[in-house]
Amino acid sequence: MEAASKLDVEAIRADFPILQRRIGDKPLAYLDSAATSQKPVQVVEAMRRFTDHSNANISRSVHTLGAEATEAYEGARAKVAAFIGAPSPDEVVFTKNSTESINLMAYAFQNAAFDPAADPRFKLGPGDEVVVTEMEHHANLIPWQQLCLRTGATLKWIGITDDGRLDLESLDEVITERCKVVSFVHVANLLGTVNPTSPITRRAREVGALVGLDASQSVPHLPVDVTELGVDFIAFTGHKMLGPTGIGVLWAKADLLAAMPPFLTGGSMIKTVTMERTTFADAPAKFEAGTPPIAEAVGLAAAVDYLDKLGMANVRAYEKELAGYMLERLETVEGLEIIGPRVPIGRSATVSFTFEGVHPHDVGQILDAEGIAVRVGHHCAKPTCERFGVNATTRASGYLYNTHEEIDRLVEALGQVRKVFG
Amino acid sequence: MNLDELYQEVILDHYKRPRGAGLREPYEGESHQVNPTCGDEITLRVHVEGDKVADVSYDNVGCSISKASASVMYELVNGATVDDALAKLAEFTELMNSKGQSEGDEESLEDAVAFAGVSKYPMRVKCALLGWKAFQDALIRAEASSGRTNA
Repeated sequence: MEAASKLDVEAIRADFPILQRRIGDKPLAYLDSAATSQKPVQVVEAMRRFTDHSNANISRSVHTLGAEATEAYEGARAKVAAFIGAPSPDEVVFTKNSTESINLMAYAFQNAAFDPAADPRFKLGPGDEVVVTEMEHHANLIPWQQLCLRTGATLKWIGITDDGRLDLESLDEVITERCKVVSFVHVANLLGTVNPTSPITRRAREVGALVGLDASQSVPHLPVDVTELGVDFIAFTGHKMLGPTGIGVLWAKADLLAAMPPFLTGGSMIKTVTMERTTFADAPAKFEAGTPPIAEAVGLAAAVDYLDKLGMANVRAYEKELAGYMLERLETVEGLEIIGPRVPIGRSATVSFTFEGVHPHDVGQILDAEGIAVRVGHHCAKPTCERFGVNATTRASGYLYNTHEEIDRLVEALGQVRKVFG
Repeated sequence: MNLDELYQEVILDHYKRPRGAGLREPYEGESHQVNPTCGDEITLRVHVEGDKVADVSYDNVGCSISKASASVMYELVNGATVDDALAKLAEFTELMNSKGQSEGDEESLEDAVAFAGVSKYPMRVKCALLGWKAFQDALIRAEASSGRTNA
């Protein structure tokens, strides 16, 4: 059934030593990549080579190691920029994770409130509106919610249909002339919905609002080209795309970055400093205060190379087929209800479900005893849970290294759940 | 991994037939506890008469471990003196923190010794303690509202 795929999954799996692990006496079936992906040897090796051979701080030493480290770090920036179709590497800001990237955007608005000379696009106050969706990860909800509470602006959101899609019919009502910024999730981490971007970006443009994407679950899984998407900013993280933890990315258009006040201040982000005042460096340095995650950037670059070599279109095609198989097989499990779209169209290989009165914690525990790693809980998307009237779900999420056989094992193990709690 | 050790018959029995469930009057202290990682919740009330726990009533949503633990707790503390109930709380908490090194004293903890296996699963210890945490908090509130002082 995987014959049509252009990915050689067995060869890919050989690059991930952790996939050979056994949990007790069962082989590991890792179905939790939406939480964090596993890392291929190429990524770990690149970081080790850098650390063993070239480690130094960047941008401040004339010695050979310093030059090599700076080159590696800036090379990683250029690689990431090319990967997402960014016009310039200077539009790529390295952060700690997606959460920090989104906070960096939100704090540009908040800090602008204290600056009379701030760019009017970032001026936010009572009467202004910020729009998100009801299917956000908390990372793309709470920064905007808190920004609104502090500035007096109003937070609005696009609702979810019963099928787990965005309610686009309400778009004109939700996004009005008062809207200053729309930030929405590209691929939803609980529902697995791949959101259509153009109706929302079009409407945002109509009303003159900035528009951005939480791309944490899209950049790792499908081709993302920021120029094609026509958005102003996107946020994503390294550890969900085969890279290390501790590094995230904010991409934003150059003219926006130039207009934005800095988020964190300190070392490496300045032009001149006196005891009284400071002039800031240009982007991206303006947003990278302190020693950045250098080895992590090297690891992320290796992850980008790995994905590039496979081809993101191939990754997407494989996962689309995998999503179809997951949905088809899970639908056969009696008492299981899928939360989110039930067809593999506009959908990722992340499938959340509830199971006939058995709490997700118990489902997860029994699956673990079978060597199957899934995520249970509210997945940092409590409003989504509430929308569907559930406290928690079990979530199986696939990636380029997962096989049909692992899905079969998941389905079989769910039978075990029934045996214990039946 | 031995699942039978975690999901003992006695735990599944309490899960399927929880003892003392439902919220009742009268009560002097009420506590609402949540486990933010999984969204489990319990609302628990305590009715104290003299030095006795006259009633413990509760309403909860959660996994088998958290629901069974609340039910087992009800059996242990309902009708006991406040001091005995607090001693059981301390003993059960110690068992849960034993990382699988203790079997628990069946004389004293009765059905609750079935949770000894849970102490090996750090992610589930919080589930087992949620109801007990609510009981402790409700008791403090009951004492505060009645002005009773307790060591």
